Amino acid sequence: MGSIVIIGAGQAGVQAAASARAAGHAGPITLIGEERYPPYQRPPLSKSYLQGELELSRLYLKPSNFFDKSAIALRLRSRVVAIDRPGKQVALASGELIPYDRLLIATGAPPRRLNVPGADLAGVHYLRSVEDCDALRPEFAQGARLLVVGAGYIGLEVAASARKAGLKVTIVEALHRPLARVAGPEVSDYFAELHRRHGVDLRFGASVEGFEGRGKVEAAVFKGGEAIACDAAVIGIGAVPATALAETAGLKTDDGVVVDKRAQSADPAIWAAGDCTSFPSPLYGRRMRLESVPHAIEQARVAGAVMAGTEAIYDAVPWFWSDQYHVKLQTAGVSDGADRTVLRRTPGSESASVWYFKNDVLIAVDAMNDVPAFAWGKRLIAAKARPDPKTLADTAADLKSLLA
Amino acid sequence: MPKITFIEKSGAEHVVEAAVGLSVMEVAIKNMVPGIDADCGGACACATCHVYVDGQWIEKVGKPQAMEESMLDFAYEPKENSRLSCQINVTVELDGLVVRLPEFQG
Repeated sequence: MGSIVIIGAGQAGVQAAASARAAGHAGPITLIGEERYPPYQRPPLSKSYLQGELELSRLYLKPSNFFDKSAIALRLRSRVVAIDRPGKQVALASGELIPYDRLLIATGAPPRRLNVPGADLAGVHYLRSVEDCDALRPEFAQGARLLVVGAGYIGLEVAASARKAGLKVTIVEALHRPLARVAGPEVSDYFAELHRRHGVDLRFGASVEGFEGRGKVEAAVFKGGEAIACDAAVIGIGAVPATALAETAGLKTDDGVVVDKRAQSADPAIWAAGDCTSFPSPLYGRRMRLESVPHAIEQARVAGAVMAGTEAIYDAVPWFWSDQYHVKLQTAGVSDGADRTVLRRTPGSESASVWYFKNDVLIAVDAMNDVPAFAWGKRLIAAKARPDPKTLADTAADLKSLLA
Repeated sequence: MPKITFIEKSGAEHVVEAAVGLSVMEVAIKNMVPGIDADCGGACACATCHVYVDGQWIEKVGKPQAMEESMLDFAYEPKENSRLSCQINVTVELDGLVVRLPEFQG
């Protein structure tokens, strides 16, 4: 059956290894990760783990004996520096060469860096790994002033966690509303209001020009010269797919490693899964790249099965979640390209949902503390349904009737 | 340490030790009990750690909170005794707990 090598021991890499075994792959599987910790969940790093509610071992995706039992060779603290396609081997930073018959690239999407003067000062943080989180947590002292750069999911979740710990929080965002790249204005309003109610100072249209401080960050400076004093800063301005290895190896990339519905690249020996891929969505009829745990898991299930010789196609409705304060946001679908939105909200209730349409077809739903909207929405999106916007906006109407 | 029994749809039983403080879902993952996916890792966001609580334990385990209850409505074949195992915390009172697994998750 040959050997499978997986670059990246995150959610996608681990799932692909497990799925390849489950699909009957009998040859060796090597899972290579750069980090020192066994594969773990990242979502709690901006929530419960950051808040000190969970110990590290509770983040681990698999128990310690899983890899032995499944005959998966887990290589931690190992960085792949090159893919040699003609020789069918990968080179580690140590110089070691690992041969493969089938290779999976699951390198993820590390944070976009903010290249301004002072960004390398102590106290300026990014958040992707356990180590990042362990470095940020000591800044969470009651009354400390935290500046969050970027009002995306990471920034908003960190802000909520910081407020819970009693920090003074300011969020600065270059665009004019939170979640501007991923959600409609109604959702932005909802979360702006939620954070303001919890005492967060939100500032929009503000671009950080630099950080200042002696030894440690003391202030951020903005376009126009205004400065905001802070004791620490977290930068959450998006993520960039880790495609350098693939590019250098001559694989096609387009904001992600280009793969087909079976998660396979143009090289029949190479697959890719998770945040680092550009894949064709049968549902939306176009290529996309997603940063999402469910996406990583489900695409990796397909990659693992196909690498093991079983046919499978990735055609799941994308979904996401975010926890901020007592609000759970669940998103079904991708709202990019929507030409109409409908807000469904009972006055006085914290449950609300925003429904996105394109050419009358439902393409996405953002549901805040509203599980039925998320769940029915997901089914309607999969069915490419055209629910009546008037019925949707009427909270007295039963969502079930929309599926009929 | 409390013991929990997971029973697969096929009837296969897994009797495992459960550390107090973990969720029943975490206990299943730690012990590689098949049939619990837990894609969201315990955030009560996905309904893929669905279990049926065995009759005599329903009262001790208790009822789901509102968010979990609505997630369960959309799980595969929900019943009166359905719970998301990520929302059940292991306590000494739950020593001997028996839960059954559905045929599919979410």
